[in-house]
Amino acid sequence: MQIDRILIRYGEISTKGRNRNKFIKRLQQNIADSCSDLTPFHIESGRDRMHLELNNPDEADQVMDRLKIIFGIQSFSPVIKSDRDLDEVKRNAVDLVSSVVSEGTLFKVKARRSDKTYPLDTNELNYEIGSHVLRQVPGLKVEMKRPEVELTVEVRSEAVYLSAQTIQGAGGMPIGSGNKAVLMLSGGLDSPVAGYQMMKRGVELEAVHFFSPPFTSEKSKEKVKMLASELAGFSGSVKLHIVPFTDIQQTIHQQVPENYTMTSTRRMMLRIADELKKKTNSKAIVTGESLGQVASQTLESMEAINAVTNTPVLRPLISSDKTEIIDIAKEIGTYETSILPFEDCCTIFTPAAPKTRPKTEKVAFYESFIDFDDMIQKAVDQTEVITLKPGYNAESETDSALF
Amino acid sequence: MIYLDNSATTQPHPEVVSSYIKVNEQYYANPSSIHTFGEKASSLVNRAKEQCEELTGMTDSRVIFTSGGTESNNLAIKGTAYARADRGKHLITTEIEHPSVLEVFKSLERDGFDVTYLPVNRDGVISLENLKTQLRPDTILVSIMYVNNEIGSIQPINEAGELIHSCSQALFHSDAVQAFGKMKTDFRSLDLMTLSAHKFHGMKGSGLLAVKKGIQLAPEMLGGGQQEGDRSGTVNTPGAVALAKAMRLTVEGQLTAGENLKKYHIMLRDFFTHQPEVTLISSENAAPHILSVSVPGLTGEVVVHALAQKDVYITTSSACSSKLNKKSHVLTACGVSDRSIRGAVRISMSSLQSAEDIQKFMTHWQEVIPPLLKGVK
Repeated sequence: MQIDRILIRYGEISTKGRNRNKFIKRLQQNIADSCSDLTPFHIESGRDRMHLELNNPDEADQVMDRLKIIFGIQSFSPVIKSDRDLDEVKRNAVDLVSSVVSEGTLFKVKARRSDKTYPLDTNELNYEIGSHVLRQVPGLKVEMKRPEVELTVEVRSEAVYLSAQTIQGAGGMPIGSGNKAVLMLSGGLDSPVAGYQMMKRGVELEAVHFFSPPFTSEKSKEKVKMLASELAGFSGSVKLHIVPFTDIQQTIHQQVPENYTMTSTRRMMLRIADELKKKTNSKAIVTGESLGQVASQTLESMEAINAVTNTPVLRPLISSDKTEIIDIAKEIGTYETSILPFEDCCTIFTPAAPKTRPKTEKVAFYESFIDFDDMIQKAVDQTEVITLKPGYNAESETDSALF
Repeated sequence: MIYLDNSATTQPHPEVVSSYIKVNEQYYANPSSIHTFGEKASSLVNRAKEQCEELTGMTDSRVIFTSGGTESNNLAIKGTAYARADRGKHLITTEIEHPSVLEVFKSLERDGFDVTYLPVNRDGVISLENLKTQLRPDTILVSIMYVNNEIGSIQPINEAGELIHSCSQALFHSDAVQAFGKMKTDFRSLDLMTLSAHKFHGMKGSGLLAVKKGIQLAPEMLGGGQQEGDRSGTVNTPGAVALAKAMRLTVEGQLTAGENLKKYHIMLRDFFTHQPEVTLISSENAAPHILSVSVPGLTGEVVVHALAQKDVYITTSSACSSKLNKKSHVLTACGVSDRSIRGAVRISMSSLQSAEDIQKFMTHWQEVIPPLLKGVK
């Protein structure tokens, strides 16, 4: 059986008003991008669904695998193309249904005619095809209200299209349709999950990582690159901004009382992220913070840290438990990378007893003796930008030849 | 040159040598060093380890890099015997094992372990029923080689594994040095398995022991605790990388190699059957790359030297024992007559052997060997 087309249902996009076309166009582009290495296919987009007309049916499985993770797709169905002759339609219907049913499957036929000149009308089609399939495929039960398998038959002037399988998509909104945000990516478990959840709502990400050599190793940087690459699996690519942070961190350490260093460090990170937000024309900052998880994630800490900016700081995991975050991390494939044991910018310089209830005025006072503006500007200027694609591997090609 | 002593050692594959050299030149750091250069070496070792673990075909196993087959066998046998001595002191092996297994068992006997040596039939194969009767509640380890190095007999490893695991608490080790890459192998029933790189076109001084996860070994080498304490000593990065490569090349070529070797085996058997001076020792069911034959009228040494003059290299029984001038324990165990043992030689092929080599070998044999028998009674 040859899959000629794939029918894609949008779900949420179709409820949008005047912006709908923009969303659809974006989705169309994202699908084309994710399959750019395969044989090009034609996409025909309608109000609430889209048809991919495959030029190379052998690639159907590959295309469908990629569709599963593209945000903005509610579900999709493989479609086979049949000759308009009724006997031919019946034969294809039997093949298709028997490939997806098991004993006792609840079944229904739903015919549609966009070509009204076809000799049979919808009811006659339902009856003719339904009764034929029931006779030929053993063990089917008819169920009109809640079928498990719905055989849709679409009659068009050039051919008849049949489908019987609905595959769940990733849901959400097409990436890029929700503008851009800066993600603070530490290398831990939470931040990639926060990034994923924002992507799911259509947001494109610019990831920021704070790198403090020699206190953090090259390996921790590699780890963050791998995480960014794993996130790129959902969007095609992710830009990673690596900020040199050693100077600022050491200055804070010398200047600010120990129990306030953590608060101050977070404030500087947020200020830099804010600068990068402006530079990349993003609209918000995303963090993986979860309320009460660590000292910097109490409401008091957030107040003191957030005081440095008016930019919306989005915290999609704020009310998630660690176990829930871990579940998602495993599902999206970032868990194994996140738990690699390298020091990151959050774990070094941690004071023995950080303030869990820092005061904004106090931390601002401690910082007032140093001109951090210059240091922040310098860090932003020296930021290294890397674009990561899915499948980034720290090993170079020449090393592969060794094995 | 026609080299037919591949069970002694093989010619290293040029690609393996090039990996070995490259790692020596470029990534010579100690993989235990924490600097980036050391981390680089460590990542190469890890990648080699992963690749080897995958290619052994043993599910859920870890690989320990060693200096070769002898060390792997020592570690496997002593390592499990001492780690499990509290559960029992009975060990089982066969009479035809390689000395690196037999001698270890003999030393364990001196150390208070009780060892059963399974006899073999004329074909050099153990009896499963006998194995079953020898298994006891206090049996802690069974070690059976996959393919014998002198006569190529193949042991029923899968059946033995099933028997051992269903009838006892013993772990199952196999010295698979002669089996890997030459024929279809199945290591899934094993708990421990020995490989040596230079037997499949890898470098000398490098081998591995694959161990099912969860099995504790008493280490042979004590020191810096490298390789999770299983084998102290600076990890041989180039050796590990080259081993991984040799394994990959071997596994990739295994199908073709297996087919070719079978063909050559039949050619050679056919040839020797028609040579009146020759008695075949290896059975028809033996591994395709090893053929043991005897010229009862001559000694093995004479045959070897005579062929060497024509630049053709084969050996008497096995390379390890042939210099000691001892009677082969394997051939004795198979019930081969003393006269045949004296005249025994081994032809062993590699997975890269050509049909032309075999043709030439037969021609040279005919030129050289029959004339030597003139006047010999």
